[in-house]
Amino acid sequence: MKIQQISLFVENKPGHIAAPARLLAENGIDIRSLYLADTQQFGIVRMIVSDWKKAAGLLESHGYAVKVTEVLAIQVPDHPGGLADVLGALDGSGINIEYMYAFPFQCEGQAILIFRFADPDAAIAHLQKAGVSVLAGDELLK
Amino acid sequence: MNSILEASATGCHPASVPDYTPIAQLRELQLQRMKAVVARASQQVKHFQSRMAERGLAPQDIRGLEDIAKLPFTVKSDLRDTYPFGLFASPMKDVVRLHASSGTTGKPIVVAYTKQDIDVWTSVLVRCFAGCGLHRGDIMQIAYGYGLFTGGLGAHYGAEALGAAVVPTSGGNADRQIMLMKDFGVTAICCTPTYFLHLIDRAAELGVDMKELPLRAGVFGAEPWTESMRRHIENRSSVEAFDIYGLSEIIGPGVACECRCHQGLHIFEDHFYPEIVDPDTGEPLPDGSEGELVLTTLSKQAIPMIRYRTRDITMLLTGQCECGRTIRRMARIGRRSDDMLIIRGVNVFPSQVESALLEIEGTLPNYQIILTREQGLDQMEVQVEVTPHMFNDKIGALQGLQGRIQGALDHVLGIRVRVALVEANSLARSEGKAKRVIDRRTS
Repeated sequence: MKIQQISLFVENKPGHIAAPARLLAENGIDIRSLYLADTQQFGIVRMIVSDWKKAAGLLESHGYAVKVTEVLAIQVPDHPGGLADVLGALDGSGINIEYMYAFPFQCEGQAILIFRFADPDAAIAHLQKAGVSVLAGDELLK
Repeated sequence: MNSILEASATGCHPASVPDYTPIAQLRELQLQRMKAVVARASQQVKHFQSRMAERGLAPQDIRGLEDIAKLPFTVKSDLRDTYPFGLFASPMKDVVRLHASSGTTGKPIVVAYTKQDIDVWTSVLVRCFAGCGLHRGDIMQIAYGYGLFTGGLGAHYGAEALGAAVVPTSGGNADRQIMLMKDFGVTAICCTPTYFLHLIDRAAELGVDMKELPLRAGVFGAEPWTESMRRHIENRSSVEAFDIYGLSEIIGPGVACECRCHQGLHIFEDHFYPEIVDPDTGEPLPDGSEGELVLTTLSKQAIPMIRYRTRDITMLLTGQCECGRTIRRMARIGRRSDDMLIIRGVNVFPSQVESALLEIEGTLPNYQIILTREQGLDQMEVQVEVTPHMFNDKIGALQGLQGRIQGALDHVLGIRVRVALVEANSLARSEGKAKRVIDRRTS
């Protein structure tokens, strides 16, 4: 259920995302989603890639500060209120969403959102009980 | 005889015997050697000869040890101005080794050794290592850079002469350093303290517990470090951390080193005569006062160095060390007189920045101080590399870290500084030593 996301520290300067992207490309690693959280001075690149172990090792050996985080990919019906319903399933659970972003591929009228929860296991249990579909990594990367 | 008995009773290496010389005998030896080295420099080194002549001084003016204060100082620029061989007292046929400083700007500083100089250098390092409790049978990893820098080869010769098994890894390639340390059962390491902190962090990432290794001693030098770094190193690894001091202009590492009492660094004063002077006036200061360390080489042949201004701030400690050594000790070097930055009228030392960073993060990230002048006002920015250990994928956490660093620096320094988080391995390094200050202020 849990998916490994790779995060990377980059300075907010021209060319600083291109270099790691090129490194992954040269090693045949496909970036399935990329989200940049930025401040004026620095940014965090969050990526879901075809081979996270290889990507993390490669980036570390090139001197990058890398973190592997477990996130959940959740299917959200692509109609008004779809997201609100999913989030509603967490109401009252005390489960905190640390951040979220959209996965750029859709399947069969469903949007996919990536969630980082403080406690992913508790989130999985809650969401599944509420009938929300949490995708496994291989479903996402196929 | 008594000193020899004492030395063997403490289980020391025979080479450590001079450490226990009775004081009167030591002073007599120093005076004899001082007279000889001043005479030799006056005869062989034109530069020194003319300095002496300007002051109307002759070697015979040295009658007692205190007369050294009459002699002119030697400063770093004297080595630059006479580049490459101007201060040599030996012909090249007697020189067996040349070393040079990294010299980030212009010409490097060149130093030379005769066979006897190498032997003296080796002997003082044996005394350093023996004082750290190391002996034959130890496996010593030398992770100082080998090459023109004196650290690697100096420590190497000393460790070999001690009888240890030497693993000459030189600097760099942390993963391999850790692998060899573990696989060979290395018992002692010599490197810069910041490099060892880096090894501790990297070992944790590789799943190697530095507290579980046979490593029991770390001999750290080539840059000033702090008591908080010692605590940190000793908490996170199995080593007992020793401070070793030296500089290429005098001989390289091995001018002074801590013993297991860790109450200051014993100066091998039968070869290096220490004085403390006021860094502003050059006036000699009594033992126990803080000032600039000035060293005179008492036995060096190739380049006798008379009253060399080290720019290192310390004091000579009074009273004898519990270990029984009679040679004097100096306090740990916390700062250099030329390290001091004056920012908006406030004195700032890079070591203060270092302590603040270490307190916050529990690790010492590589950092750099950038000074600029904006609209006539000095600005200080501290750039801190984000190590994997510090990195967090939440913006808020990184901003929190930035804020904590900012707060600690403001508090310690008493001035407002800017803190910038930068990518790991993005700040310049030379010889494994980080370049700490970049001053872009145009005066």
